[in-house]
Amino acid sequence: MRIELVKRKEHSQAMALLSPLIAVALTALAAAIIFLISGHNPLEALYKFFIEPLTQQWSLEATIDKATPLILIGCGLAVCYLSNNWNIGAEGQFVVGAIFGSVLPVLFPSFENVATLPLMLLFGAIGGALWALIPALLKTRFNTNEILTSLMLVYVAGLLLDYLVRGPWRDPGGYNFPESRIFSDAATLPEVFGGTMSLSAPITIVVAVVLAVVLAKTLKGFEIRVMGESPRAGSFAGFSAKGLTIFSFALAGALAGLAGTMEVSGALNQLLPSISPGYGFTAIIVAFLGRLNPIGIIIAGFVLALSYIGGEGVQSAMGVSNEIASVIQGLLLFFVLACDTLILYRIRITGQRASTGEASHV
Amino acid sequence: MFEAVLLTVITAATPLLIAAVGELVVERSGVLNLGVEGMMIMGAVIGFAVANQTGSGTLGVFAAVGAGMAMSALFAVLVLFLVANQVATGLALTILGIGFSGMIGEAFIGVPGLDLPQLYIPVLSEIPFIGPVFFQQDALVYISFALVALVAYGLFRTRVGLVLRAVGDNHGSAHALGYSVVKIRFMAILFGGACAGLAGAYLSLAYTPQWVENMTAGRGWIALALVVFSSWLPLRVVVGAYLFGAVSVLNLHAQALEFDIPSQLLSSLPYLATIVVLVLISANRRLTLVNTPACLGKPFVPDR
Amino acid sequence: MKSLLKATVAAVAFAAAGSAANAADVKACFVYVGPVGDFGWTYQHDQGRLAVEEHFGDKVETAFLESVAEGPDAERAIERFAREGCNVIFTTSFGYMNPTIKVAKKFPDVKFEHATGYKTADNVATYNSKFHQGRYIIGQIAAKQSKTGVAGYIASFPIPEVVSGINAFLLGAQSINPDFQVKVVWVNTWFDPGKEADAAKALIDQGADIITQHTDSTAPLQVAQERGVHGFGQASDMINFAKDAQYTAIIDDWAPYYIERVQEVLDGNWHSHSSWEGLAEGHVVMAPYTNLPPDVVEMAQATEAKIKGGWEPFTGPIIKQDGTVAAEEGVTLDDGAILGMNWYIQGVDDKLPE
Repeated sequence: MRIELVKRKEHSQAMALLSPLIAVALTALAAAIIFLISGHNPLEALYKFFIEPLTQQWSLEATIDKATPLILIGCGLAVCYLSNNWNIGAEGQFVVGAIFGSVLPVLFPSFENVATLPLMLLFGAIGGALWALIPALLKTRFNTNEILTSLMLVYVAGLLLDYLVRGPWRDPGGYNFPESRIFSDAATLPEVFGGTMSLSAPITIVVAVVLAVVLAKTLKGFEIRVMGESPRAGSFAGFSAKGLTIFSFALAGALAGLAGTMEVSGALNQLLPSISPGYGFTAIIVAFLGRLNPIGIIIAGFVLALSYIGGEGVQSAMGVSNEIASVIQGLLLFFVLACDTLILYRIRITGQRASTGEASHV
Repeated sequence: MFEAVLLTVITAATPLLIAAVGELVVERSGVLNLGVEGMMIMGAVIGFAVANQTGSGTLGVFAAVGAGMAMSALFAVLVLFLVANQVATGLALTILGIGFSGMIGEAFIGVPGLDLPQLYIPVLSEIPFIGPVFFQQDALVYISFALVALVAYGLFRTRVGLVLRAVGDNHGSAHALGYSVVKIRFMAILFGGACAGLAGAYLSLAYTPQWVENMTAGRGWIALALVVFSSWLPLRVVVGAYLFGAVSVLNLHAQALEFDIPSQLLSSLPYLATIVVLVLISANRRLTLVNTPACLGKPFVPDR
Repeated sequence: MKSLLKATVAAVAFAAAGSAANAADVKACFVYVGPVGDFGWTYQHDQGRLAVEEHFGDKVETAFLESVAEGPDAERAIERFAREGCNVIFTTSFGYMNPTIKVAKKFPDVKFEHATGYKTADNVATYNSKFHQGRYIIGQIAAKQSKTGVAGYIASFPIPEVVSGINAFLLGAQSINPDFQVKVVWVNTWFDPGKEADAAKALIDQGADIITQHTDSTAPLQVAQERGVHGFGQASDMINFAKDAQYTAIIDDWAPYYIERVQEVLDGNWHSHSSWEGLAEGHVVMAPYTNLPPDVVEMAQATEAKIKGGWEPFTGPIIKQDGTVAAEEGVTLDDGAILGMNWYIQGVDDKLPE
């Protein structure tokens, strides 16, 4: 008996919807087994991990707050990945965006008026875009591999922030501790809906929806898709691969930078030596989990955020290792990638050895 | 003094070298595995655990190699058989490895490790300077050199190497000629996993003989950069790994000697240096085109 | 599959039984910045938590969250504990200061204890230990034992606690050998065994035969062991990692403080304060003096006794690096000057990173 993958003539619409659900179910099953092996009640753990955070207002808000930067960064990355530009340095773009966005409240603390916040957000987006343009320009100009340059710049960005917060941008009244001054109210993103959620959540949803429309309905969206699937065909249509590389990196950088600024302005209220628990990297998972579609990314960002909040829940209530969250995230991504195969291929179980030209051997 | 610095550089460079040589073979076969960090950390924790339980460093090393291979097999199944995106799968492997290693390693925290014995090669190790630097190292340092030699010879002087490169350069033609692209890539990926596991074992058994969470601290990513830095040539990986090791060690020496530079700038030098070298290499079209596996990162489905 | 099902059912039953028996008087919760397995800072805090469990038995329940990033994650973790019925929450990293204050405002009935910070409130206390007292002692040992007269100091970040540690170490060393030198290497991390090991090697290669560290891994001591030089454990007793190399270790012992404060919560007489104690109160403990000749052990014990008797290592004359006088003969620096220290004393072979 052999198992063969047979390519479908068309993408399976049913599978496109079903495969993420199958992946989530398989992840839950695998997680249950891990809980069991490590001596915990799997049903209770699964409940606390996936359901409980949704049952209380504060944890729901916390989940949304956590999802916001992931979704915003993931949307930008999706544009990169759709057009075959492998930007994996969003973490660095997030950080540099936060630095640019903090120029006003840190260096000009007395500049307090209605323009403060909009300017900060603008600066943040510019900062992230500039940082992202480094690997983009190196790619278009020198053909340098963008995966590695964008990644290297993550470390450089982190060290730059570290230098600023410990050196020139240190809070003059902060006993030499490594933190910037606390932002004034004018530089703080307001909270909405009377809870702890900041304005960043609605802004993110708007950006994601606009991007979804752009991708689906406009010429730019068409260009991105064509260049991703077949650069040759795209160049016949008059699209420029280099132009798109610069566009997609700049957009992803701007969104990451915006996310970084909203994080320092809305959640942290100051710059710290480390401002991101790996949002830029987790957003890569989010982008793929959301199958590079902004609406999908909203859902995926929420699921990933849930895994953090749920991971804390099982850790505090049941003493499960905090590593369980990253194990589950890794498994989820694995299963999603594996299940995606079902969209493009049909699984056929055959009894004979004969194989046609259109089957791949497994 | 110089001799002592060189010894430090060797220990800093060895794990990078081992992991990078493995990844080089993977990429030569046309597959990009971004999961080096995850395989490395699994090698580190399994190697430490087995060495600790059995009391044998050698068994630990073998177990680490096995762990790296098991992780890479997972990757191989996804990208080769299920044709999943290589970048995303590699990232998943890293995330999974960091999580699993943390869970497995909980029992081994605060336990001193076994120290691998140093191998002193008789006579040769007596030679001044050259002796201590080249012939008084732990076994894995020798293995790293042997690996490089083996890969350099195997890739360019044997039939297997020729086929492997053919698969990486043009999987369509290799398939048409009757070679099993999937099988060859599977083997290459397993080799890369074995090397990453071995590099992990070097960290937890020789470099700093202990287990701590996240102890690879980004070295898997640096190994990936080294492969490109070397423009996919094994001997250049040695240069790259040692250069990288030297920069990070000299950074500390510069501080102890009181050079007045922000330490963050010094710490960022290896990363900036890698970018500069990447640009220099990729700007030279002749260099890249000859050695870059043309099918790198592209999925292979026979019916296309 | 069947056995899996059986095990699941058994586990459910077990958990139900477990939660029914759960009725502690006080719940004490801990937020950690690192993994409990760092064998340094966080490990010692967790040892303190375990000591609380052991001391109070069923009366006190504990919980912890490890590797909680500073920033919004910390705020959420603290708030989670406040909502889950914790009566007292210990937040064990400097970076948790503002999140702690923020959450404390929302939960006035919950007690908060923030380690190493400087902001207090009615329901927020701070606590820290006088680690520099131990550093003075190891400085004396270093000066006695060093043949080269040079010690290597692996430092994490130039915050006051680390700077005052370097100064106290050198003050101790200078009390024995006025020409003693300290070479400082900043590794910009609290915990990276590989980097710490490389720093130790670099310092040894530059002539240091004593290694001391203000980072948390055991790697520098392992290097010292391998290279035949000596060093000191940090945060926990690291003798198992360096049998021949460790002279002693400066142990952070949080157990007495945690037990005392949880007791106060139990008794209902908890009040906010800023606790900053040292060797005398047992919050800083010297590990057994090993690998040392008897006269050096005697000297170390005498200094330890002197500090326990109320003497403070930061007692003048203290001259700053730039030549100005920080404290005249016999004058002791006040707590604020030590807690906010951002200058080197004369003799440190380093420039403080700006």
